[in-house]
Amino acid sequence: MRRCLNSPFLLILALGAVVALLPLILPSNFYVRVVAIVYINALAVLGLNLLMGFAGQVSLGHAGFFGIGAYAVALGPVYLGLPGWASLIGGTALSGLLAFVVGRPILRLSGYYLAIATLGMGVLISMVVSNEANITGGPNGMEVPRLVLFGSRITGSLTWYWISGITLVIGALIVVNLIESPTGRAFRAIHDSEIAARVLGVDVARYKLLAFVLSAVFTSIAGSYLVLLDGFVTPNTTSFLLSIELVVMAVLGGLGSILGSIVGAAILVILPQFLTVFHDYEHAVLGAIIIVFLIFLPSGIVPALASLIRRGPA
Amino acid sequence: MSILTVENLRIAFGGVIAIDGVSFSVRRNEIFALIGPNGAGKTTLFNMISGLYVPQSGRIVLDGEDVTNFTPQELARRGMSRTFQNLQVFFRMSAAENVMVGRHLHENRNVFAHLLALPSVHAQNRTTRARAEELLALVGLEGVADRAASSLPYGALKRLEIARALATEPKILLLDEPAAGCNPVETEEIDAVIKTIAAQGVTVVLVEHDMRLVMRISNRIHVLDRGRTLAEGGAAEVRSNPAVVTAYLGGLGEQEAARARD
Repeated sequence: MRRCLNSPFLLILALGAVVALLPLILPSNFYVRVVAIVYINALAVLGLNLLMGFAGQVSLGHAGFFGIGAYAVALGPVYLGLPGWASLIGGTALSGLLAFVVGRPILRLSGYYLAIATLGMGVLISMVVSNEANITGGPNGMEVPRLVLFGSRITGSLTWYWISGITLVIGALIVVNLIESPTGRAFRAIHDSEIAARVLGVDVARYKLLAFVLSAVFTSIAGSYLVLLDGFVTPNTTSFLLSIELVVMAVLGGLGSILGSIVGAAILVILPQFLTVFHDYEHAVLGAIIIVFLIFLPSGIVPALASLIRRGPA
Repeated sequence: MSILTVENLRIAFGGVIAIDGVSFSVRRNEIFALIGPNGAGKTTLFNMISGLYVPQSGRIVLDGEDVTNFTPQELARRGMSRTFQNLQVFFRMSAAENVMVGRHLHENRNVFAHLLALPSVHAQNRTTRARAEELLALVGLEGVADRAASSLPYGALKRLEIARALATEPKILLLDEPAAGCNPVETEEIDAVIKTIAAQGVTVVLVEHDMRLVMRISNRIHVLDRGRTLAEGGAAEVRSNPAVVTAYLGGLGEQEAARARD
């Protein structure tokens, strides 16, 4: 157990095994779909964690990138006649490009100021989507054409389970690779001391920007997947609330923890399904649970458990 | 044969002139110390030389090149590295990883290779790690490579910063109070480390409060007081300089007198 939590490559192996075997025990299509949504959110959180958990830069506007990915697969086929997969790639590139352009000036800020600037960016994207009603359907949203790959329409929860699961494993592998490389060390160095990183020759602005662009790309792909699975897109995919949810998932699971990204996403996707028994108070109970978690496991669920196991008789 | 020359450096914060027309020249392979009473501007001067502060006037020449207004990254590429008085350790990383960050400029920085974890990245990680372990041994930190930096005692962190700075393969190393907060045993260890570094051909410039350490290891000493140069010379010269004695003792005398009136 201890090695499993410590060694990143075993983690990927375990994750791959879970993705491969889980459908065997999931009782119905409903559960398959929920787990697919967990994977999709986890992919976005993984990206956000690269930025927040490793490079130490906060973003309260990542729903903006999620929304760009989401609307790209909705608008691309309808207005540009692009196939779904090309729209997905286009949306991902657009998110990366926007992150590159916006990131340059705003990543000079730090702490609260960066939080506000990224928030502003997210809100701006959200407003464009809501206000351009004759293109995007505004608050009513619009239908997303089914993805067509190799001549067959990609529908069904199980298909999307496999696509999102495999993408998540690849995404996690990429993050692991990065963290165990000079780039990853540069990210983590910037997190702890920007001044020391600069003095050692690390191009701080470049690495912050890189983390921002990569996280935007992850989040954008997740956005595309989610609405392709749903077959419908609404401005909720760009909402400020979603940005906050992504941050909560990252913090709850554990900043700087790859497994934590997945656990955080799982809790925030699955828990509300059980909390529906509380009806109107569903969100209040969810909020209370999150507060309790953070009081008792302030470093996040996975890092806290990992250190417990390390201290205990392993 | 000077490796670092500063000419007429000046910087002011608001109305306070922190450094006012300081000039000196550091020779290759020497241990050069900057001393002075509290608030003399030693760390400010270090921050200007290492590119963290931009001087308002004056010139900094590193190895024949005018590097005034250069960023810390540019200076690192040209062979300057430093440590910090108030620790700037990467606390979320292990001791070895801290030093590995210091190898950054000597590593292949192709992000796509890193994303794919190409075999060359693994090989490079191993070389970097081996070099980091050598440097940890050099500063007397063998055996703690995999410990979290946050779990190391203060004296060890001071030496960890030195190992990390050395990892950049500097021509000139600036040490900002390497012995501050260390007990006499730790101070002696650091003393030995600095001598080893200098013996390997690295020029050392240090700011230090511990007079005995400074007198013992420095080739030349530059004394600052209230942002200005007070004296420069060997240990014996500086010790017997009346202006230096007044700056250290006289300053205290004035403070005592001020308290006495209350």
